[in-house]
Amino acid sequence: MCKTRSKPVAVNSNALVVLSLSGIGKRFGALVANQGIDLELRRGEILALLGENGAGKTTLMNILFGHYVADEGSIHVADAAGALVPLPPGSPQAALAAGVGMVHQHFALAESLTVLENVVLGTRPLGSPRLDLSGARTRLAALMRDSGLDVHPDRRVSRLSVGEKQRLEILKVLYRGARILVLDEPTAVLTPQEVDGLFAVLRRLVANGLSIIFISHKLKEVLAIADRIAVLRAGRKVADRSAAGADRALLAELMVGREVAQSRRAPSEPGAPMLVLEGVDVTDSHGRNGLSAVALTVRAGEIVGIAGVSGNGQAAFAAVIAGTLAPARGKIMLDGKPLRPAPRAVVDAGVGRIPEDRHHEGIVGALSIAENLALESLRDPGVQHLGLLRFDGLRQRAEAAIRDYDIRCPGPDAPIRLLSGGNIQKVILARVLERRPRVVLANQPTRGLDIGATAEVHRRLLEARERGVAIILISEDLDELLALSDRVAVMVAGRLSAPQAVETLTLERLGLMMAGHAEAA
Amino acid sequence: MIRFEPRVGTPLTLRLGVPIAAVAAALAISAVPLAAAGAPIVTAFGLMADGAAGSLFALTETLTRATPLIFTGLAAAVSFRARLYNIGAEGQLYAGALAAVAVGAGAVEAPPLILVPLVLVAAALAGALLMLGPTLLRTRLGVDEVVTTLLLNFVVLLFVQMMLEGPLKDPMGGGWPQSAPILPEGTLPPFLERMRLHAGFLIALGASILAHVLIARTTLGLEIRAVGENPAAARFAGIGVTRVMIIVGLLSGALAGLAGATEVAGLKGYLTSDMSRGFGYAGIVVAMVASLAPLAVIPSAIFIAGVFVGADTMSRTIGISNYIADLIVALALLCVLISGLFLRFRVRLG
Repeated sequence: MCKTRSKPVAVNSNALVVLSLSGIGKRFGALVANQGIDLELRRGEILALLGENGAGKTTLMNILFGHYVADEGSIHVADAAGALVPLPPGSPQAALAAGVGMVHQHFALAESLTVLENVVLGTRPLGSPRLDLSGARTRLAALMRDSGLDVHPDRRVSRLSVGEKQRLEILKVLYRGARILVLDEPTAVLTPQEVDGLFAVLRRLVANGLSIIFISHKLKEVLAIADRIAVLRAGRKVADRSAAGADRALLAELMVGREVAQSRRAPSEPGAPMLVLEGVDVTDSHGRNGLSAVALTVRAGEIVGIAGVSGNGQAAFAAVIAGTLAPARGKIMLDGKPLRPAPRAVVDAGVGRIPEDRHHEGIVGALSIAENLALESLRDPGVQHLGLLRFDGLRQRAEAAIRDYDIRCPGPDAPIRLLSGGNIQKVILARVLERRPRVVLANQPTRGLDIGATAEVHRRLLEARERGVAIILISEDLDELLALSDRVAVMVAGRLSAPQAVETLTLERLGLMMAGHAEAA
Repeated sequence: MIRFEPRVGTPLTLRLGVPIAAVAAALAISAVPLAAAGAPIVTAFGLMADGAAGSLFALTETLTRATPLIFTGLAAAVSFRARLYNIGAEGQLYAGALAAVAVGAGAVEAPPLILVPLVLVAAALAGALLMLGPTLLRTRLGVDEVVTTLLLNFVVLLFVQMMLEGPLKDPMGGGWPQSAPILPEGTLPPFLERMRLHAGFLIALGASILAHVLIARTTLGLEIRAVGENPAAARFAGIGVTRVMIIVGLLSGALAGLAGATEVAGLKGYLTSDMSRGFGYAGIVVAMVASLAPLAVIPSAIFIAGVFVGADTMSRTIGISNYIADLIVALALLCVLISGLFLRFRVRLG
């Protein structure tokens, strides 16, 4: 594909190449991040860049944007007339000027400014006397009309939902006249409905002539949106093919490089009721849905899955079990004893909690891996003696966890923020499971994890189930719920349905129940 | 082009070398305004060094000046670690000094072994109590402690002036608004002949070591660091965030209160309303220059005290305003803050 570049490209506009990377290589010390990567993007095409965490997707895009300079290879971008011109390396300004725009996974918005102000921010030369907001308003309105992206221009960004913030980020890029849009893991933060909305917008954008690179490790979404799929593994491109005819198993194998062994749930007879909720009410607050009369019994040695569209009370339900939220009414019993609604009491009673947002509630980024592992066990004699920390004990525990859970890290004393999401989740798993809990609350335990880390989390949860742990699994991934759970309950508008045996459920039936059709149950 | 790559671990040589280089850079930059003011630069710096540490007397003066700065620096370092921004060390210092004279200037008569600890405890309690209000307002109602502690400084200073004009006024003071002196049994004695350096300095060193052990080696210290870095995760893990905040607030206030006690009982003997030369505010700079590490507060406080003492000598000799000291301290703070970048990142060219 590098051959086309020497002469001007003048084929029909559908197949016009707008971006061409050739022979890109980048090393960080001994680590080969990218090697010999060739990639082409055509006008009006959605190209999915698929790969596990650490496969080199982000490095490649950072090279495209001039944040890194490639050790070898070159980049050409089509100019307004459609002719490919070389992109100067190492210059983000040049990439922006060439019409390449990127929406990062973590948004870069000024929270206290309005939508319109955020769009204009940085587009006017420094020191120019007028902001020309009215001109910008007209242009933005036209953009919104053409793209179908709709956000009120005068709303403050701090009041926007995550989906709206993402729309604003895309608008920002379009406002700067981008012809190539790069989306880094755009669905990681979205609800399934928001994902559908995003996909509709993306289709409209490519129909208008935009070209999109869609970075992801979610096979299902890649198959749903992409025209073409390029797979990266360990810094090399291992596949580049049309999305038509690709299936998940094939892509997974391409990504991981081997067949991914799915853990199987062995049939087993659950034991006595371990966690019992009766008539639990939580009042709505801070825009969070409450709970009404939630009842649930989880027995030892079973996994009960909680399905539901995000925002139907799952957050309150998880917070009640985790002890961070006291219910207004109702009983929570653990092994026949009432559970006091406080994090300390809940942990001491034998409930392990895997939080939904591992960065927000799971870890303290500046503390070491060893310290994060001990955070729930600060009273244990192995951790402290008369209030003094026992560093040898902390380090031993950490080294054991790093070995047993295959945590990839520089060492037990390294700050945990240096770890990838999958490895952070393994630290949390180790912290939860090493306390030998009787109940485990796993809230979105595999969100944002790659295939390998996801399989590891599944294996650990099933192992705990076999040891007789009562497990509550809250997940938006219905396949995950159906694969792991013994029974599945559905949460709609703060109410929890009676759990159904998983054998009686299908994806379709679950979907209907989630949409609030009680008769489907 | 300059690139920054995050470091995994920072070697000790760098952790010690970078702040020293930053301070050297600050001194080098301060040569510019010195030259602009017409001072012979080499002579000026020589005089400053001489005034700060050129003789045993100069050195002990610097250490004497550093004593309250160590306490207020610790007060800021400990509370900032938990993201409890105590800007009220100045007021807590005066509250401590007031409690020290209230107890030690004749109200209680006891041998030194009892009276000295009593004076110190009274001062620590006063400082802690003063910080309790803002801490509770923060944990219960979410009132910004920066505002409450800052404003309390002025309230306390006015209260001290009222007390010094009224109930605590020294009848033998010749009409000056000053308190009666601390009894000889209650004073912190100088420990070098003919020098003003007093036992308060040793107490400050001890407090630094204790604070270091607390932050780095105890479960409470780990809880403080966790609460400061991510309160949501700390709460989720079962750490009592409110409890930790209150302990930190009391501790911070107590440390600032001790600064007042050692000034009164070690240096001045009696309380006046102009006793502190902004030690409470300077403590924030001391803590920031020390990167909130309790042990680093000692050299940081000594450096800043040295700049002030040395600049006094210099300005007396060559007639440059001693405001240059404020300038150097501000430059040092900026340079140290910027140098933190080199500790967290590896800087690559090209």
